[in-house]
Amino acid sequence: MADKVAPAKKQDFGSDQDVRWCPGCGDYAILAQMKKVLPTLGISREKTVFISGIGCASRFPYYMNTYGMHTIHGRAPTVATGVKLANPDLSVWIVTGDGDGFSIGTSHLMHLCRRNIDVNVVLFNNQIYGLTKGQYSPTSPVGKITKTSPVGSLDTPFNPIKMVLSAGASFVARTIDRDTKHMAETFRRAAAHKGVSFIEVYQNCNIFNDGAFSHLTDPKTKLENVLYLEDGEPLVYGKEQRYGIKLNGLSFEKSAIDNDAATDEFLKHDVHVVDTTFPLMLSILNEKAGMPTPVGVFRAIERPTYNEGFQQQLESVTAKKGEGQLKQLLVAADIWEVD
Amino acid sequence: MKKNNQLKRVTIRFAGDSGDGMQLTGNQFTKATAIARNDLSTLPDFPAEIRAPAGTLYGVSGFQIQFGSDMVHTPGDIADVLVAMNPAALKASLKYLKDNGIIIVNTDSFSPRNLRMAGFEENPLDSHYLDGYEVFPVEMTRLTKDALEGIDLSHKEKERSKNFFALGMLFWLYNRPIEPTLEWIAKKFAKKAVWAEANVAALRAGRNFADSTELFTASYTIPEATIEAGIYRQITGNQALALGLVAAREKSQLDVFYASYPITPASDLLQHMAGYKNYGVKSFQAEDEMAAIGAAVGAAFAGDIGVTATSGPGFALKSEFLGYALIAELPLVVIDVQRAGPSTGMPTKPEQTDLLLGMYGRNGESALPIVAAASPSDCFNTALEAVRIALTYMTPVMVMTDAYLANGAEPWKIPDVDQIKPIDVTYAAENGVYRPYDRDPDTLARHWAIPGMPGLEHRLGGLEKEDGSGNVSYDPENHHHMTTLRRERVERINQSVQFPEVYGDDEGDVLIVSWGSTYGTVLTTVDQLREEGKKVSFFHLRWLNPLPGNLEDVMKKFKKVVIPEMNLGQLSMLIRSRYLVDTIGFNRVTGLPLSVSELKEAIDDIL
Repeated sequence: MADKVAPAKKQDFGSDQDVRWCPGCGDYAILAQMKKVLPTLGISREKTVFISGIGCASRFPYYMNTYGMHTIHGRAPTVATGVKLANPDLSVWIVTGDGDGFSIGTSHLMHLCRRNIDVNVVLFNNQIYGLTKGQYSPTSPVGKITKTSPVGSLDTPFNPIKMVLSAGASFVARTIDRDTKHMAETFRRAAAHKGVSFIEVYQNCNIFNDGAFSHLTDPKTKLENVLYLEDGEPLVYGKEQRYGIKLNGLSFEKSAIDNDAATDEFLKHDVHVVDTTFPLMLSILNEKAGMPTPVGVFRAIERPTYNEGFQQQLESVTAKKGEGQLKQLLVAADIWEVD
Repeated sequence: MKKNNQLKRVTIRFAGDSGDGMQLTGNQFTKATAIARNDLSTLPDFPAEIRAPAGTLYGVSGFQIQFGSDMVHTPGDIADVLVAMNPAALKASLKYLKDNGIIIVNTDSFSPRNLRMAGFEENPLDSHYLDGYEVFPVEMTRLTKDALEGIDLSHKEKERSKNFFALGMLFWLYNRPIEPTLEWIAKKFAKKAVWAEANVAALRAGRNFADSTELFTASYTIPEATIEAGIYRQITGNQALALGLVAAREKSQLDVFYASYPITPASDLLQHMAGYKNYGVKSFQAEDEMAAIGAAVGAAFAGDIGVTATSGPGFALKSEFLGYALIAELPLVVIDVQRAGPSTGMPTKPEQTDLLLGMYGRNGESALPIVAAASPSDCFNTALEAVRIALTYMTPVMVMTDAYLANGAEPWKIPDVDQIKPIDVTYAAENGVYRPYDRDPDTLARHWAIPGMPGLEHRLGGLEKEDGSGNVSYDPENHHHMTTLRRERVERINQSVQFPEVYGDDEGDVLIVSWGSTYGTVLTTVDQLREEGKKVSFFHLRWLNPLPGNLEDVMKKFKKVVIPEMNLGQLSMLIRSRYLVDTIGFNRVTGLPLSVSELKEAIDDIL
């Protein structure tokens, strides 16, 4: 188990490297919250590992004074899998972006979720390729004008939450770079979860895609557009909680709340439903015009992790057959003697 | 009393339908031959199709064994004897039989349907098709059924024992002991007594038939070879690689993390490794080739011995990660069981066509150590050595074998585990100033620290590193320094490995330089040439990168240097470019091992 002798200060988790993201980038907020949360988890620095791929977000490990690897494009989940299986005592974080995680590395991320390996994935979703200087990404909306889509992108975007839910992720959440308290809380819950934890962070790229999430962060519009998911609470949102979400046939619909008593008719959020139908319906809520964007934990269920099963098999086979002896293994065949 | 003739060496090819049990028959014959103290080499040749329709040409499964009273290094270019269980086997295998060769054929299988399936318009046993061969027609199916009279099996089931009948005949013909097979049957069919009874009856009947029939007028004896004392077993290259990795675990006390994606002909490595969970082996079947090496890289970072294996197409996919492991300076072993390419090529057939891919198949200047196994059993030491070098020099190491080594088998003198040197692993010390790219001045290996070690936290990455600190660096001089350092580190491996020795005289007319699985063919060829008094010597490379430090001096003492390869001259290119030696290539890319007769002819021409 993780070492409980942890440094208490956030500075302890920062490395001596200069942070080289653009001034004003949403990544700074994520880094700051991570440094704040880690000392509270009771896991020591030497047992914490950050693994990233390629992209702006993937510079993250260099800024953490933990063990870390900045790997190759899209492949962070594979390396993290190896790290966790080789040493299950480590607390492993994957940092990825929308290009890294959902374009070149989509497959690995899906397999990570399917296996439910006990690592935490933080997706910095800015809906643009930043490090290559502004091309549309697999999460950019249709019609997005960029350098490589001068008359608008034709690509239908991926919905990361929907994909990881479908792939079997056991903890799925969304947070926003500007909502730092919410982000810190989400990191904490993800770290506490056993199994793969996936966190999508809506992150503003102020250079190539500024304001992509401003309707969710601008104090003037935020409340009308964000549906905060609270476990056990009804799905209500808006200024003075004026709207709620309810089921109409096989779809969600929004309806205005006339009086306090009426909240009963709205759906109650439940992160523990094993069936993926409910979180999947939530994940596509904002694909419909006029509907709010859910932020918070979509799903937090318990299911067996690959790494525990992996460890158990090693232990049970060893318990059954005894610790293997090379000498015996070499002669465990049809042998003959020449004298 | 029948005659008994003495022979020095014999090559037999067993061929039948996929369902005829030819591999089993071949393996039993092999074991009996080993116990009869002949040296031997075998090659299974089974179809790529999983369940090929019965009776078809592409469903023919073959097994070839060469054995003799002196050292045998190849399964034989061409067979002296063909055992053909059906028309398709006869047709498909005739090209592997020498002129005047012996054919022992199961005549009962030559039904109109089987003849049609094999594409014969008339029965070759009744035509001139087999003129020039010595044909022994035997009603194997009927004789087997007769022998199994009274055993509680259906007619169809009884027929299945006909391979044991064939084996029994061959045992008599070549004076092989029957006991090992009897023991094997008893063990294998311990829970199916009726099958044990049937197979034993068929085996004995085959032997008795050969003894009593007028068809065979003589049997053969192959005198014992001089074989070093010890405990022996049969071993394929893939088995030996897997055992070598387990040995590396025992000798280093580091767990082996073996990640792979199934690919022919490397898949059974993963199967072997998955069975060694109580030997400190963690096996992981990844979702693809990149994930396999990625997981191995992650495990290496976390302190295990990271290993992955693949074949050509998968190796191409792993290139990017190899470059990563190189710049991250992590110990890693990557095995390429080469097969015929390009692209999917011929997945079950061997080639040596990935050498330059291993040398250069990455972006940037990215020198990687490459070691190649020479024979199936040599894969054991090759795996051990690769791990030792990877850990000593903190570098990925490429291991090259091929489909021939992977599936080919030979007797292996089981090594004394206590005699294998331990593999020393050293870690960085916690002294408050850990710099991940500080290195050992001799090996140039950086100091290793793994997650969990307090005070040694550090970040690795694919960006260029400043030597010492390991910080990201775009400094021009540092990049040049690191580039040459990475190459120099590969050269320094020569400090830790033994140079090959010249086989034959130190000077002469021709030096043959080879690498990998051609070892047996070249050795046999050189022996033959030297017996004829030709001034030919042999130098077999184990490490391809670095090339051995004595290579240049060795080559200088010969008038000509010939490099036979199962490619179009990849080692030739490396040696020519490095030493400016005008090498002569012998290059065949057929998906088959090089043939002794062809190579000998080529050398004779050069002489």
